[in-house]
Formats: sequence, structure tokens, C-alpha cells
Amino acid sequence: MSAATEAPPEPAPAPVLEVRKPPVRKRLVPYWLLLPGILWLLVFFAAPLVYQASTSIQTGSLEEGFKVTWHFATYWDALGEYWPQFVRSVLFAAVATLLCLVLGYPLAYLIAFKAGRWRNVVMILVIAPFFTSFLIRTLAWKTILADSGPVVSALNSLHFLDVTSAIGLTEGTRVLATPLAVVCGLTYNFLPFMILPLYTCLERIDPRLHEAAGDLYAKPVTTFRKVTFPLSMPGVVAGTLLTFIPAAGDYINAELLGSTDQKMIGNVIQSQFLRVLDYPTAAALSFILMAAILAMVTLYIRKAGTEDLV
Amino acid sequence: MRWLRRNAVVIAGLLTLAYLILPNVIVMVFSFNKPNGRFNYEWQRFSTDAWSDPCGVADLCGSLGLSLQIAVWATIGATVLGTLIAFALARYRFRARSSVNTLIFLPMAMPEVVMAASLATLFLNMGIQFGFWTILIAHIMFCLSFVVTAVKARVMSMDPRLEQAAQDLYASPTQTFLKVTLPIAAPGIAAGALLSFALSFDDFIITNFNAGSTVTFPMFVWGSAQRGTPVQINVIGTAMFLIAVLCVLGGQLFTGRRKRS
Amino acid sequence: MTDLATTDSSGGDVRLTGISKTYGSFTAVQPLDLTVPAGSFFALLGASGCGKTTTLRMIAGLEEPTTGTVELAGKDVTALPPYKRPVNTVFQNYALFPHLDIYENVAFGLRRRGVRSVKKQVEEMLDLVQLGPLARRKPQQLSGGQQQRVAVARALINHPQVLLLDEPLGALDLKLRRQMQLELKRIQTEVGITFVHVTHDQEEAMTMADTVAVMNGGRVEQLGAPADLYENPGTTFVANFLGTSNLITAEIAETGGEHLLLTAGDAKLRLPAARCSASSARTGEKVLAGVRPEKVALAHADDAGSIPEGANRLPGRIKDASFIGVSTQYVIETPGAGELAVYEQNIERDGRLVPGAEVVLHWNPAHTFGLSADQDIAAGADVDEEAA
Repeated sequence: MSAATEAPPEPAPAPVLEVRKPPVRKRLVPYWLLLPGILWLLVFFAAPLVYQASTSIQTGSLEEGFKVTWHFATYWDALGEYWPQFVRSVLFAAVATLLCLVLGYPLAYLIAFKAGRWRNVVMILVIAPFFTSFLIRTLAWKTILADSGPVVSALNSLHFLDVTSAIGLTEGTRVLATPLAVVCGLTYNFLPFMILPLYTCLERIDPRLHEAAGDLYAKPVTTFRKVTFPLSMPGVVAGTLLTFIPAAGDYINAELLGSTDQKMIGNVIQSQFLRVLDYPTAAALSFILMAAILAMVTLYIRKAGTEDLV
Repeated sequence: MRWLRRNAVVIAGLLTLAYLILPNVIVMVFSFNKPNGRFNYEWQRFSTDAWSDPCGVADLCGSLGLSLQIAVWATIGATVLGTLIAFALARYRFRARSSVNTLIFLPMAMPEVVMAASLATLFLNMGIQFGFWTILIAHIMFCLSFVVTAVKARVMSMDPRLEQAAQDLYASPTQTFLKVTLPIAAPGIAAGALLSFALSFDDFIITNFNAGSTVTFPMFVWGSAQRGTPVQINVIGTAMFLIAVLCVLGGQLFTGRRKRS
Repeated sequence: MTDLATTDSSGGDVRLTGISKTYGSFTAVQPLDLTVPAGSFFALLGASGCGKTTTLRMIAGLEEPTTGTVELAGKDVTALPPYKRPVNTVFQNYALFPHLDIYENVAFGLRRRGVRSVKKQVEEMLDLVQLGPLARRKPQQLSGGQQQRVAVARALINHPQVLLLDEPLGALDLKLRRQMQLELKRIQTEVGITFVHVTHDQEEAMTMADTVAVMNGGRVEQLGAPADLYENPGTTFVANFLGTSNLITAEIAETGGEHLLLTAGDAKLRLPAARCSASSARTGEKVLAGVRPEKVALAHADDAGSIPEGANRLPGRIKDASFIGVSTQYVIETPGAGELAVYEQNIERDGRLVPGAEVVLHWNPAHTFGLSADQDIAAGADVDEEAA
């Protein structure tokens, strides 16, 4: 556009070797597009994390105010007091993630390859529950797993609960207020986050690859192990991350379906922040949780070998 | 037995589907319950009382209205800001690209409780009054990344030659954007907006930290889990579920018919 | 839109002056001057990455030239954005708008220029490309050939002064491509608009264009009518890229007179002095003597006596023979000139011409062309035709 001013006014016989550059205004366009959204994230996402970091090394009380005293001991104290909740969070989240994978894979596979004209219907059934508040749906599990309900009586008569009691998942003849109930709730709540990325990944696999594998002497099980599953790895990685991260920080399921013995780290942060009003401890716990998750995720992505998740 | 083995995947998939749907069925059935006492966890007898008077519980419909209001504004805000970022990322090369990508990715990889507590710390330290605005700010913040991801994927898969073709056919940059770029990116933007709405409407953890004494619908449900769960909660949940299913089915029928004609 | 140059259907000429394009340190197009006469069908031919598409995009305004100017019908349009140039493009892979139906795709340009009633024009144009009944389909519901015709209709309806075609037939299968080549040529003759066609397919360029510019490494190697380029290639690249050439390294033994006398190994060849493009042709210097495979005849060694007097001859042995249908293609191993290709029409096949047979190659010296020996003898020979 500015080239008009640079072009020579009269027809020159020799080639005009004048170099044009894109105008500065044009080069700034992406920055203008980014500005409002990035500013929003910087102010309301990044800055709070910095604030949080400083809070975690403050001491003081609500009445006198808090001051930065580089009191790193908060971290040690918090870890020392709440390590069982940390371990429990990671453990529950890991088990729930594994269950999500085991339960979700067949359904994603079903939608991608077997559903045919029912594909859309099944998809709707997977997504639609989202629109009922997840709190209401979690409360429904209280009814399903009620002590006198049909599910628990069936599990009892099959002696299933004897087995789970033996390995510490349940206590006596109850399911509610046990680790089993909390893991069950976590699995339920984050299952769609496993199914959707798995489905998107499986859907892109050319069904002819299955035929090719069969043609090359692979039994269905071998086809799955050697062809389908390796090709779905990006979906598996994305799905497990999308399940594990929120599950590890969750406190709804532990609160609604568990007892005081099933509290997770999310419960602790919430009560420290909103009830006890011990902000430094809440901040320190948040940071430990964040660091632990980031470390685990980085390690996991390295191992799984896919970094193009975004 | 052979039939069982051949259809093992289908059976396992359907069982998972049942696991996903079961709570919704329970919610629906118990919306017709008439419980004894304050909690609606055990079946007593059939009644349509709650359906005939869904707002019959104090504060319930108020909190629902507030949640819808926040969801609408958060959707608009996150969609506008997120679409702008997505276009910048998909259409331009610039220096800060990878840092921007990281900043977009982090909120999605962060446990909600961490974001919730840090944002609340900021508001506390700034002395900002908790309420409608703090909730809205928080919701736009965590919805933004999802919009960027959805829109970016759509714009990236769009052939840049389409915009060049429009320019070649006498469309000015503005016309090109309005007549070609925007319509083609629309499904991505719509997906991002829909996701934002659902996330915002259903959010509890971040809202719980940043709401002060303001009560959104999820917070009302949370509170009632402690004080007593009115049947009306199930009515609202079931209604939302049915509306969503009907909207999707209607949309499917509409596009299906258009394709055939 | 008012400053849009007049768009009557007579073509305008395109004049590029000192135009070049660099991306960072990479030069896509070297400064070049090029004039495309009004109403002509002009082809830019070259392998992928030779700068032909970049040149086309600079004419369209989609790429801003680093240096130089673009003139359309005597008007400098270098500073005009694409939407203000009386030029339309048929894009590679067509770039049809997926959200609009065929009718709206074709009407797009007219609507942008504020034309009120587009119905009559659009219907006429759809009839011209025989797509009338499909007007309300979406592009993705059409076959490749139909999409291609929509892309042409969408551009032509605007009566541009120049129509630019960027590999318009690249995505079609061979048979359809041949059919569309004739179709496009017919349309061009009918509407009289200047066509500038970019392609990597030398056969396509030669079938359709009045004038072909062969591009290589961001430069125009040679420009001329198809037959002229084929018969008188000026460089080894053109000789090898346009069809196949036998290039023989030879030494000039004698100058003066109508023919140069060359020696290649033991053989003596004659080359018309007028057809030698080497800058200097003095005795003792090297030149490349070229001859097209179809101009060479094969005689079995036993029949060597029947070869006409004065023909260029080379003895050799058949290394390979492949039957193509209309012709048989031989590879002949010669002692003085390496491997040579010979295409023989299948009129009367000599049963003795099988691999291993001793033969004599011979051709009329008038078919020999001479090239400067200081260039790569294999340039342009192994270019992948499918890479575009």
C-alpha cells in the first residue's frame, strides 16, 4: 500500500531495483489481536500465581495482616501435616484415570468403528449429561450407592464387598463414605474427558488399516495391540492428562461421597482458604500440588513421546 | 459364547454408556419423588409437586438466573477475546508465539483449585469486593483457553487460498473477513462458545473461591447437599438435560434435511 | 470499487519490468522483464520451486514484488491490492468457497463489485461450463472436473483483462486433463482474454499456449512459440525439460561454410552453423550436439549401406527396447556418445532390432542443434513431473 509513494513517478527504462518492505502497521496486527486476551490471562491467571507464591512465604495473622518473611518452613509444615492427603489424591486420581481408560476405550472404539448410523445418538448420550450440573449428578450417586439400595445388596450377595474390604477399598457392607465411592465418583465425573480425545484420535484411523493387518496374518487381538492401540496413543495421552489433572485437584467427590478419612488435598486447600483463613498454608499447598502435577505430567509426556498436545 | 466374544467391545462400550447415563436417569426419576424429610436420596412415592412449582424453594431460581446471566456474559467475553488470539496464532508469524502458546495451555493443565485460590488471593490483596464481577472475571479467564483451542484448530485447517481467492474476486479485506473467513471459522467459534457456556454454567470450584456471598446455581446445589436437597434441583437438572438433548436432536434433523434437499 | 480499471472483454497486455521477489535470503524470482501480448495464451513452464507461481501471484497482487513494476494494459498496478486489479485467478485446487453453493461462488465477484442483478449473467456462465443443473450444490459435492469448471466460471464471469491459471489441471486425472486442455483453449479463443497459465507439465504448456516461457531457478531460460522452443532449445535445461534430447559432447573440427564439422569419438557429425547457439564456435572447442529421439532412424548393421549419403551416423548396439504402442523406444549404447534414445514409429518393424543387435543410428544433419558445452548436460532431465 505504501508502495505507491515509493514507485518512481516517471517510467524508468532500467529495472527499478527499489526494495519494498511491509508497512509497520501491518506487522503490528497480530499483537493488537493478542493484546486484550493475553492481558486478561496475564492479570487474572499469571499475576495471581505470582501473588500466590509470595503469599506462601508470608507469616502473620488475619488481624495484623500478612508480611513476606521468606518463611519457607510453611512448605515443610504443610507437607508434614498433609502428606497423607497428597498421597491419597495422587493415588485416587491415578486409579480413577486407569478406570476411565479401561471403561472409556471400548466406548470410544464403539463410537468410532461400530456404531454406524447410531454414532450421533451415542455421541449425544455421552455429551448430554454435561448439561445437568455435575453436582446434581454426583449427588445421584448417593442414591445409587445407598446402604439399603439394590446396588449395594447385589455387591454384598456376590461377596464383592468382602474382597474390596480385604484390600481396604471399602469397610464392612457399605460403599458410601469409602475410597471405593470416591474413586467411583471421580471415574464417573471425568470419563467424558477420556472418551472425547480417544474418539477424535480413533476416528482418524483408516479402517482399511484393520483390513491390511488382517490380510497380513494378524488376529483381531494382535491387530488391536500392534496397529490400533499404538495409533491411538496421542488420544490416550491427552485423555489421561485431561482426567488425571482435574481429578488430582478435585474435592467435590471426596466431600459428597467420602467421609473425613477420604479427604483429598483439594479439600485441605479449600478449608484452609475458606474456613481456617490460613492463606500461607493454602498457598503453599497449592504450589506443592501444582509443582507435583507439572513434574508428573512432564515426565509422563516425555515417556509417552508426544509433545504436540496443544 | 462365540457371539459374546465377537461382540465383547460393543457390550463393554454399552456398559460404560449405561454407567454414564445412570445418574441422569436417577436424577430424572427422583424429580418425581416426594421425600420424607429434607433429603431426596430415598424413593418414597410418586408426585409431580416439584414439576408444578420449580421455583418453590427460596433462592433456587434466583441462583439459576444468576448462573445463566454469568454464563452468557462469560461466553461472549471469552469467545471474543479467544477468537482474536486464535486468529493471531493461526494466521501470523511473530516472535512471542511459543510463550503465548504456553500461556494458553497452562490454565487447561492446572488443577482448578490452584487457579481458584490464587485468583482469590489477588482479589483479597487488592481489596476487591467479591461478587458478580469477580465471578465473571474468573469465568472468562478459564474459558478463554478452550475457545482459543477450538477456533485455532478450525482456522488452521482452513485453506489460506480461500481468502486470497476472495481478494482476487474484488472483496476488500473487510469483505473478505465477513464473507469468507468468518463463515468458515464459524463452526469452531460456535464450538468454543458452547463449551464456554457449559463450563461457566457448571463451574463450582473457581466460583466457590471467588463468589463471596453471591450464590450461583452450582453453589446452591452444594449448599443444599449440606442443608437438605429439594426435589426442585432434580427438576432443573432434568429440564436442562432434556433441553440440551432436544436442541442437539433438532439441530441434527435440521442439517440432515438440508443435506438431503 | 470505482477505481477499478475498465473491464471490457478484450484482453490487455501484461508488462513486468525488473520484477523480483526475495524471502529473507532466498530469491524466488530473479529480476525479470516479460511482456505478455494482449489476447495471447501465455504459459509459464518450469519445475516446482522455479518461481513461476510467485511470478503469477505478483501479477495477481497476492504477492508484493521486492523490486520492479507490474503494468496491465499500460497502467501501473504494482501498488494496487488484488481486489482492485482487473485480473482474476483460477487457483491450484480451485479454492472454491466451501460454505457457498456453486451459484454463489460464481456470483461472488459480481456481488463484491455491487452488481445488482446477477441472475442472468450467472446462469449464462453456468451454461457455458455446462453446470446449470448443479447451481445449488456445494463445491464438495462436485467431482474434480466439475469443480475445475466452477473455478473457471467464477473467474471469467468478471470479464478480467487477464485470467491467471495456477496449475489449474494439476488435480485431474490424465484423460480429464487432456479434455480440459482443449476446453480451456476453446474458451480462450472464444472470449479473447489474455491467459497466463502456470504449469509444470510441458505437454500441457505446448498444447495450449501460443507462447511458452521456460523458467528455472527464478529465471526465464527461454521464451518462444512451443514448436520453436522444441526445435531450437537454447540451453540444456530447455532441451531436456521439453521432451527428451540426445546431447552428445563433440569437438569442432572444421568451421566455415553452412555446416560445422564435429567429431565425437570416431564419428563425424555435421551441425548447421545457424543452429548452433554456443557463443563462440572455433575449431578445437567443445560443443554439445543435440538431436531429438524421434528424428533418429535405426538401421541394422547389415543394412548400413542403404543409409542416405550425407546423413549423420553413429554405430551402436541396442541395449533396451520398449514397445509403447505407437512407437518403440530404444536405448542404444554407442562407443563415442554414450547412451542415446531413439523412438521408431511402429510402421514396419524390423524383427532383427532386438537387444544385443548391432545397429547404425542416422539422421538428417538439419535436425541437429548445437549448445554451449559449458553447462550441465543433464540439467532439467530428471525433474519429477508430478511434484508441483
